Order: sequence, then C-alpha cells, then structure tokens
Amino acid sequence: MYRTHILVCGGTGCHSNNSGKIREAFEEQIKQKNLQDDVLVVGTGCFGLCAVGPIIIIYPEGAFYSGIKVEDVPEIIEEHIVKGRLVEKFLYHEKALGNKPVKALSDTNFYKKQTRVALRNCGVINPEAIDEYIARDGYQALIKCLTELDPQQVIDIVKASGLRGRGGAGFPTGVKWQFAKNQNNDTKYVCCNADEGDPGAFMDRSVLEGDPHAVLEAMTIAGYAIGSHQGYIYVRAEYPIAVDRLKIAIAQSREYGLLGDNILGTGFAFDIELKLGSGAFVCGEETALMTSIEGHRGEPRPRPPFPAVKGLFAKPTILNNVETYANITQIILNGAEWFASMGTEKSKGTKVFALGGKIVNTGLVEIPMGTTLREIVEDIGGGIPNGKKFKAAQTGGPSGGCIPAEHLDIPIDYDNLISIGSMMGSGGMIVMDEDNCMVDIAKFFLEFTVDESCGKCTPCRIGNRRLLEYLDKITSGKATMQDLDDMEQLCYYIKSNSLCGLGQTAPNPVLSTLRYFRDEYEAHIKEHRCPAHVCKRLIQFKITDKCIGCSACSRKCPVNAISGEIKKKFDIDQAKCIKCGQCIATCKFGAIIKE
Amino acid sequence: MKSIADIMAIRDAMRSHVGLRDNADAEKEIHIVVGMGTCGLNAGARTVFNTLVDAIEERGLAGVRVTRTGCLGNCEDEPVVEVHVPEKDVATYKNVDAAKALEILNNIQA
Ligand SMILES: Cc1cc2nc3c(=O)[nH]c(=O)nc-3n(C[C@H](O)[C@H](O)[C@H](O)COP(=O)(O)O)c2cc1C
Repeated sequence: MYRTHILVCGGTGCHSNNSGKIREAFEEQIKQKNLQDDVLVVGTGCFGLCAVGPIIIIYPEGAFYSGIKVEDVPEIIEEHIVKGRLVEKFLYHEKALGNKPVKALSDTNFYKKQTRVALRNCGVINPEAIDEYIARDGYQALIKCLTELDPQQVIDIVKASGLRGRGGAGFPTGVKWQFAKNQNNDTKYVCCNADEGDPGAFMDRSVLEGDPHAVLEAMTIAGYAIGSHQGYIYVRAEYPIAVDRLKIAIAQSREYGLLGDNILGTGFAFDIELKLGSGAFVCGEETALMTSIEGHRGEPRPRPPFPAVKGLFAKPTILNNVETYANITQIILNGAEWFASMGTEKSKGTKVFALGGKIVNTGLVEIPMGTTLREIVEDIGGGIPNGKKFKAAQTGGPSGGCIPAEHLDIPIDYDNLISIGSMMGSGGMIVMDEDNCMVDIAKFFLEFTVDESCGKCTPCRIGNRRLLEYLDKITSGKATMQDLDDMEQLCYYIKSNSLCGLGQTAPNPVLSTLRYFRDEYEAHIKEHRCPAHVCKRLIQFKITDKCIGCSACSRKCPVNAISGEIKKKFDIDQAKCIKCGQCIATCKFGAIIKE
Repeated sequence: MKSIADIMAIRDAMRSHVGLRDNADAEKEIHIVVGMGTCGLNAGARTVFNTLVDAIEERGLAGVRVTRTGCLGNCEDEPVVEVHVPEKDVATYKNVDAAKALEILNNIQA
C-alpha cells in the first residue's frame, strides 16, 4: 500500500517541457531513499493549467507544484516526502490573490468554475494502467449496457441526455445513433474522429492522452447500441503520445476481454482498430475521413447519402468526436437527467475548451454550457496579460468567428454562438487583445484554409484564393471600398456553393470580423492605416525625442537601416527598414514607436 | 480473459489506491497528521504512520486521511499525532506508538 502518490503531468505541454525526465528523477531518488514501497510515481494526462507546467501534484496532501525543473526534484523529495513539509516556493502562486501560494489545484480560480465530465480522469489516473481506470468505475457503463439495457434503451438514454456532437456541428448524438440502428445491415461501423485539425486546439488530444479507455468503452457501447462489431479511431500521426497510449489501451482491453469476440462472456463482439491520418484538415470532415480510412485520398463526397445510411465501405456508419464519446460512460452511469441538468435549454452538459492566445492561464478547461465568455476569460483564464484590454475571442477555428467585447456576457452554447456569428466548433478559443489586427487575424485563418483546401470543388479551391488576395490587398493599403463590397459578395458565394464544410465555412472569419470590426477594414482602405500597428506594409518605425543616441538599436538592426551620431537622436531609413521590431525590443528608453 | 465478476473485483481492490488522489471532500474529512521530522522519525514515527495507514485500509474507513508533517515543535514528546476532525478542536497525542495509534483510531471510530 503506497502512502504517497506523486503525479507527474505527461500531457503534451508538460511532456515537451521535460516532464518525462522529471518523472525519472523522482523514481530514481525514491529508490535511492529506499521509499519505493511507500511512494508511487504516476505519469498522468493533462491537468489543464498548461501555462505553468511542468506540473506535479502530491497526494494525499493534494499539493500542487508548478514550473518544476529536474533540479528541483531532490528538494521536493527531501522537504515534502521525507520531512512532510510543503515546499512553498514551488506551490502555484495565484495572481488574483496578490501572488499568494495556493495549496491544491482545486483551490485555484482556474479550477473552481470548471466541471469535469469529459476530463474527469485526466490528471487523476495513469492512462497506461487499465486497473486505475477500472477503479474509477471504468467499464461499469459497458457492463450495465450489456447486462441490463437493450440497444434501444441505450439510445433512448443518450437521446434523453440531450448530448450534441462536440466536433463542431452539434448534431444530437442519440438521433445519429438511432439512424444507424434503424438500418438493416449485418455490417455497420463505429468511427471516432480524433483528427483535431483546428489550429490551437488540443482538447481531443488531451482526452486521448489522459483517458484513452473512456473512448474505447464508449465506442463499444455505441457498437452495442447500433449493432456494429468493428470500430475505427482516426487519429493524426502527429499525436504520437496519444497514439501510443491508445495502442496500449487497446492491447490491455483485448487482454481483459473488454474488446474481442465475446466481451466479458456476454457474447457481444466488438473490436477497434487505429487509423493514422497525415494531418490534412479536410480529413476531419466526416466523408473525407471515411474516404481516407478506406485507403483513398482524403476528399469529401456529397451528402446524402449520409454516413448513417451509407458511410465507411458503403455500410451504415456513425462518426463521433473524441469528446462526444468521453461523455457517454458518465451519461449511462449517472443517468440522462443528471447530464441534462447541466447547461442551457438546448445545449446540455459541459464543453472542453483549449484556451490560448493573449490570456494568463493558457490551458485546458471544461465548463458547464451556459458559462459566460467573461467568466472564462477573467476568472478561469486569469485575464489578459500585461494590463492590455480584451478585444475579441475567436472560437470555432478556421470555420468560426470572433466574439467582441460587447458580447462578453453571452452564455456560451451552440445556438448563442451561432446567433452572434461565431460557432462552438470543436473547442479552440483564442483570446485577442488590442494589439491584434482583426484583418490580419482573418487573413491568418484564410491562409490556413487556402492551404488545406483539397481542391476538389472550384468555389473552395479558387474562391478562397481570390478571397485571400482581397485580404492581402487590404492589408497592403491598396484596396478600394468597391473591393470590400465585392469581397463580401464572394464570401456568400463560396459559402453557398462549396461541396463540404471546409469551403462552406471558410469565409466565416472574414464575415465575422467584417460584422464587428468593419471600421478596422475601412481604416486600412481609406486611411492606409492599421489601427493595431500589425500590418507591416502600413506601419513605419520612428525614433522619437526620447532617444539618447546610445546606438544600441543601430547595432541590432539586421539591415543597417538605423544610423546617427552618438549622443544625438538616431534615424531610421524607411527604404531599408524591414519592420522586424528588433529595435523596439532593444531600446531601453522606449524611444522607438510604430505609427 | 476476465469475467464481469473479475472486473468488479479489480475495481473494489483498486478503489482505495486511486481514492488517495481524490481530495474533493477534503474539508469534510478527518485528518490524522503524523509529525515526521528528524525527531519524530528517530522516535518511531514511521511505524506509527504505517500502522495507521494499514489499519485504515484494513477497517475500510472512508473519509480518514493520514498525512505527514515536519517537526511539530515539541520534540521530546515525539512521535506526535494530531487529529483534525472538521468543526472540532484539534486533538494532539504525544509519545504515540503502534498500540496507541490503534487506540486513537478506535476513538475516531467511536
Ligand atoms: C473541414 C472540416 C474539418 C473537421 N474537422 C473535425 C475534427 O478535426 N474533429 C472532429 O471531431 N470533427 C471535425 N469536423 C466535423 C465532422 O465532420 C463531424 O461533424 C464530427 O466528427 C461528428 O462528430 P460529433 O457529432 O460527435 O461532433 C470537421 C468538419 C469539417 C467540415
């Protein structure tokens, strides 16, 4: 019996910050001190507060240590494990409390407003130990389905819970399952979309890395419900940790008889195979994903027929997102009413967001639907760094839109986000402050979709490229107001004529920034000015009278554009300047400005 | 291959193991704190600590948590054990050994 558990985050963020080495160091030192029978070192999935990683948590105290380095390990062992004293300097310090140390993760503002359903095991269990999953009621939902419920009852529970797809479109999950169940066919498929292509999103990755069995169990339940015996998880090869843990989890499940010909002796057969994607955004679209699993080039096909009727290998198929599946076991165990008691009228349960951009607490958060954007940004996210002002939050990735400050108090759910011109998407949330140019943001997302367009249909392949050209013209100050009108028309044309969701939603970032920040577009066009001083072709760097003539900037300038006499004001040659910003970063006197 | 009964058995056996990481109800729990500074350790605090953890496991006591702390300040009284029951005064026991530790647990249970 271990008295102490040292949990070391093995999520992607902490992992790339050397948490693997930290874990090894703990294991080594525990052995040296002959404490290996008392103290267990556990690698877990993501704790969520990635901004202050690498994170370790020591139980039973629940002490939450952040920003740990390999060199810190001996001190933690000596102080905390041997002497039993919290090491205050390594505890997380909460800015909102005047930088006071906080003992447990659950005491932080970041954590208090969260509700963990899909992430319930992330950062709690060792994702590579099936027994730890079972200890937290893992596979109880499957047992309940196989022994107490018939397939229709399972679907009825999922329907009654109000669960909607977490992959973007928000389609009711139970209804999708019903369509597939109603098909008369001996062969049906259950697929999991773990492609997660939105830039900046890492929700599904974290679930797979932290709690892979939750997805396997839910897919098996789905197989039972619709009458399928084979599942596929389509996961991008760029997620090596997730792929490894899925492989381990599948092997363990087969060994335990939780996957295979005769699951737990009940006679039900189901197995799961991994399919690795190469990271094309369009392969996250359901028909392209299935085409890719079939071994063809990942291009979408027209719907109908819908996958529930004719999907993978032309058989009835359901496809759900990772996070959608991660909710299923909890709905079966706790009941549809429990799930439906969280959230808003038409959006039940919780949603995981990957919080990034200009925000203090970048990381992974799970909130009940209906939480306001303000609560996410100010309370959970800890506000905007460097005393800057909130400008907008971008949700829905390249298919989504911006939510400006005037809508900070809107309760977040599927329908509210659509009504203000954005969308839930899969859960990426990028926060922007006054230093972000909204035209530049729209251009960023459009560059992404132009790159990722598969080229099958013309509106998307050519239309989006033309759209990007308009944006380029605007950000270089050469566009006319007529261009702006034409560009808007083109947006609607692309939306209504593209074959798949990629093209149909690609103009959304442009339309939503036009809706809320038209004045910024107009400033670029009419005044040849970028109000946020981002668009390089519309700004100039200038040296003001604060300059004392130290020459630091001129020595730093990579193109020798700055010259002058020592102790006199220096000057920038605008013809040579490439606007890299190194002079501003170098100047100790704040004498260089962007105009 | 496992049966349903096997899965249930794994769950029951592993529950308290993983349960150590659940401090959602920490405020409602009884905390037993063992002084384990140099003084406590020399006086036998480790035996006391292990006795408590094993007995709690054996008796299946839920909501009782044993943690260690450093020197509590009265070294001549070590091993010292504090019992924190929510909304009650802290009880401090001195010169605790294995037998006394079990007695303390009996008191808590009663
Ligand atoms: C261009 C494009 C990319 C998509 N990428 C993803 C993705 O990465 N992950 C995902 O779950 N859904 C993605 N979707 C949505 C899927 O097509 C599909 O709606 C979803 O996987 C269904 O699962 P759900 O009902 O559980 O949300 C994408 C859609 C489009 C049009």
